[in-house]
Amino acid sequence: MLEKLLFGNLTLDAIPFHTPIIMGAGVFMGLVALVVIGCLFYFKKWTWLWKEWLTSVDHKKIGIMYIILAFVMLLRGFSDAIMMRLQQAVAVSPHLGYLPPEHYDQVFTAHGVIMIFFMAMAFVFGLINIIVPLQIGARDVAYPFLNSLSFWLTVVGAMLVNVSLVIGKFAATGWLAYPPLSELAYSPGVGVDYYLWALSISGIGTLLAGINIFVTIIKMRCPGMTLMKMPLFTWSVLCSMVLVIIAFPILNMTLGMLFLDRFMGMHFFTADFGGNAMLYVNLIWAWGHPEVYILVLPAFGIYSEIIPTFCKKKLFGYAAMVWATVVITFLSFIVWLHHFFTMGAGADVNSFFGITTMIISIPTGVKIFNWLFTMYRGRITFTTPMMWTIAFIITFTIGGMTGVLMSVPPVDFQLHNSLFLVAHFHNTIIGGVAFGLFAGFTYWFPKAFGFKLNETLGKCAFWCWVTGFYLAFMPLYVLGLMGMTRRLNHYPASTGWHPYLVVAAIGAAIIFCGIMFQLAQLVVSIKNRDKNRVTGDPWGGRTLEWSIPSPPPFYNFAFTPVVDNRDAFWEMKQKGLVNAHEPYQDIHMPKKTSLGFVIGILSGIFGFAMVWSIVWLSIVSGIAILACVIARTFNFHIDYYVSAAEVEQTERELLNRA
Amino acid sequence: MMTEVLANQDHHEHHDDSGSRVVFGFWIYLMSDLILFATLFAAYAVLRNNTYGGVGIAQITDLPRVLTETLVLLISNLTIGFAFLSQQRASKQGVILWLLVTFLIGLAFVGIEYQGFSQLVAVGNDWQRSAFLSAFFTLLGVHWFHVIAGLLWTIILIIQFASQGTSSKMATRLTCLGLFWHFVNIIWIFIFTIVYLMGVI
Amino acid sequence: MIKVRHIFTVLLSFGLLLLLTGCKIAVLQPRGYIATDERELLITAVLLMLIVVIPVIILTAVITIRYRASNTKAKYTPDWGHSTLLEIVWWAIPLVIIIVLATLTWIYTHRLDPYKPIVGKNKPITIEVIALEWKWLFIYPDQNIATVNYVQFPVNTPINFLITADAPMNSFQIPQLGGQIYAMSGMQTKLHLIADQTGCYRGRSTNFSGDGFSGMKFIAHVTTQAKFNNWVSTVKKSSKQLTMDSYNKLALPSENNKVEYFSSAQKDLFNDVIMKFMMPPMKNMPASSTGATCSK
Repeated sequence: MLEKLLFGNLTLDAIPFHTPIIMGAGVFMGLVALVVIGCLFYFKKWTWLWKEWLTSVDHKKIGIMYIILAFVMLLRGFSDAIMMRLQQAVAVSPHLGYLPPEHYDQVFTAHGVIMIFFMAMAFVFGLINIIVPLQIGARDVAYPFLNSLSFWLTVVGAMLVNVSLVIGKFAATGWLAYPPLSELAYSPGVGVDYYLWALSISGIGTLLAGINIFVTIIKMRCPGMTLMKMPLFTWSVLCSMVLVIIAFPILNMTLGMLFLDRFMGMHFFTADFGGNAMLYVNLIWAWGHPEVYILVLPAFGIYSEIIPTFCKKKLFGYAAMVWATVVITFLSFIVWLHHFFTMGAGADVNSFFGITTMIISIPTGVKIFNWLFTMYRGRITFTTPMMWTIAFIITFTIGGMTGVLMSVPPVDFQLHNSLFLVAHFHNTIIGGVAFGLFAGFTYWFPKAFGFKLNETLGKCAFWCWVTGFYLAFMPLYVLGLMGMTRRLNHYPASTGWHPYLVVAAIGAAIIFCGIMFQLAQLVVSIKNRDKNRVTGDPWGGRTLEWSIPSPPPFYNFAFTPVVDNRDAFWEMKQKGLVNAHEPYQDIHMPKKTSLGFVIGILSGIFGFAMVWSIVWLSIVSGIAILACVIARTFNFHIDYYVSAAEVEQTERELLNRA
Repeated sequence: MMTEVLANQDHHEHHDDSGSRVVFGFWIYLMSDLILFATLFAAYAVLRNNTYGGVGIAQITDLPRVLTETLVLLISNLTIGFAFLSQQRASKQGVILWLLVTFLIGLAFVGIEYQGFSQLVAVGNDWQRSAFLSAFFTLLGVHWFHVIAGLLWTIILIIQFASQGTSSKMATRLTCLGLFWHFVNIIWIFIFTIVYLMGVI
Repeated sequence: MIKVRHIFTVLLSFGLLLLLTGCKIAVLQPRGYIATDERELLITAVLLMLIVVIPVIILTAVITIRYRASNTKAKYTPDWGHSTLLEIVWWAIPLVIIIVLATLTWIYTHRLDPYKPIVGKNKPITIEVIALEWKWLFIYPDQNIATVNYVQFPVNTPINFLITADAPMNSFQIPQLGGQIYAMSGMQTKLHLIADQTGCYRGRSTNFSGDGFSGMKFIAHVTTQAKFNNWVSTVKKSSKQLTMDSYNKLALPSENNKVEYFSSAQKDLFNDVIMKFMMPPMKNMPASSTGATCSK
């Protein structure tokens, strides 16, 4: 009785002592955490960590932390991927593989959730945070504290997913948790609760971040930067943030309704009592499809920055690029039904959504041609970012083609839920989003840290990723045509699927080498950083972020820049202009605060307590969160002035260093 | 190469602008909140006939109560408007007085609504009874919690006005609260029309 | 134009087949006219899109090689960033292709609508399908028999599948006969298929429905009318009957179920299963099992 009161439904049985794989992974994660903590003590870095990072509201540092989170989650999500590939490569009858269904089902659910929410989204927001304020000549985002809070909520979401590995279990429902499978009747355990709380908490964080970045771009551009003079990355981020602001409330409310079904015994999506599961499927895709564009638009923006830089040529068709992005933003809201033509909606509805879907390929095609003609009559240098970009153009074109194919409803009736679909969306998300993020990471790394990444290892990583990708996913297209369904745990030998799955597993192993090369690249580059120090403008950049030192001082711009051209910095370099100097002035900056971190931790505790129904802890942490928020509103001194003298001194030092 | 110096017209700092930035951001937040309600309205529209043999909206509508609630909220719109006017006249007492009145009226709404909920639950028409009632309670409940959040916010502002007086920072906060209050009441008008009027007719 | 397309069709499928000798590419080897049309449409769409995709891939290769920085002889126009003509061209080409594809989509989506009954020379057969945890139950209301994980029907006869679920959502598909449709509890969906060759075809659930999902497959055996009639009378001899009671036993979660035959099925069982999600629950009864394999 007392135990129930203290620990809710949480008992020692929740820890899967008898499953060696999970315990192994848990022990490994524990060891890594211990090593990190040990190092922090050994090198006496706790104060540094707290003052410089955990409580920082500097958009550049928050961006870097987002990217660290993304890389850690990439490792976790990829471990899931390789486990799945291995399972399918060996689970041909009479063998059942090494993962029983109840474990395998969690693995593919976690893989999808982690890769989309905590790898791709975190990575995208990391790059946005570092670059957008610099590109528009701002000193920080519109709401620095909110930015730190958004980040910590995202971290907490990711942590809840990882805690579920060791304490209890994760959802075994597929990454979108369709009801009625995700309802209490069919999933009575804590898995779906972990899923709901992880996504709700990080979803609120993402929504706040979306509003923050949107206001930053609208309100804080430097003088002279009209909308049609914004760099294309900023433009695509603006569109992407519009999608976040419109789509994420739908996600949060939909997950909220599923939570009410499970927690309060409501009947939104239950099979009986008049619930309607297809309502959930409609709502979740009304968020889900825009989500795809939330990820891919910033990636498009990254390519649009990289190509002109490494071709030493103006971006072709700027206005068309902007309009294409806007059109995609709009269209992404009227295509969601193509994810479930097989619901039986009737031919008129299906054709409508099929046709709107294919229309998206028009602006996307225009973008591809504009990129190609930016390269045309340019001077292309094959740096790693440029190589990712070229691989993207080819890979994404193929992925786009298979996408249009599946937007034709009768074709989709055959390919829906098959491995063809799995191949298609990995084709666009890896070939479009991941390649773009890696390209942007390499491209902007020197800006954030002041030294370049090792090119040789970067190219090794690139070739492994590209080869591995094609080997891993082209067989899946064939398997889809052969009628192989996704999420299968085992299959009969007579299907003839086995050889293709072996090839796919080899492909995954090669991608693994690619990731190892990326890690090696980071380690080597950090080790040799003094040899690779760069100036503010290592690549011959065109936009404002390259006009300031690398890494930039915490206030970014000592003087607010004034621009009158699209490629503002390129223009300045061409005409030999520099921004105004002297006299230095006081700069208004936000103060550090630990509240973002604290509220994040409290939300994590609240989520955990809700998952396990630990009543007292939910109440205490819930009240604590509210108290923190209210306390923040009573703090009227959240900013300060950096004195002109200090700015002058910092700028001198930076000048001397360069 | 000739080096020219671009004129920097932007000598005054940006922080004076932060008030308008906050209000703009708050607008955007309200728009996303609107979509949250739109999701709930969509769910309600889909599920409103799924009564699983239980009561429908026509049976549980108590029009006099709903009309009272609507009237109460409309008056509160007026009183928070007076608070805003007092802020413009820099009258600290005026602001506090009108916020207090708004708080009491809001509290009355919360009370009347609670009474309505508990009457439904008492006769077995709770949110577990049918999909329709789930959607009904959730839509109204989320609005109800918005009003409660508004009440909490009003108390905080009363305390802050008492200590800070009518500064420009406080003006921004009052503007946001006003926007929020009006927004929540507009949602109520939608509920009144879509749930109650269209349900009874 | 049509001829060229057919040549391409043959070449493409042949090429793929050659590539995968000995394998069964279900979607490209249809055994019914719905699936055949779906394959045709798939190939037409691929060809249409190759009009853009192939030039893009070639252009990428040519441009990156020709305009590499080391090739200083190539033309270099750093400030050239706009050409109305070129931009009109690449808004127009995809637009035209999409217009063609959209027209085809509209026509074929209506023609191949799974809800549209197929008109054939033979009288259609209705088969009611219930997705359970984790097996398929087939009820033949006219023949008054039922089977588990096995469905048999005559060739060249339109089949009207009426589908529901007494489980999480599933999707019902026989790839070589075409299409799929969701199976949802409390709802009835329809799928109309026809086979034009006899044989054994794989069928399965394609929508993840829980731990036993991988075993949720069945055989669709297409035979001549005579063999079908024989089979029906064999099933009629089964000792098991599908009553509400035996149904409730069957509906309990179980994995990798064997084929089962029921010599009779309680009247309106299918509707009762749908209705039980619309109103409070019902009653109970027992069952046993025999196996049957597809002889091919």
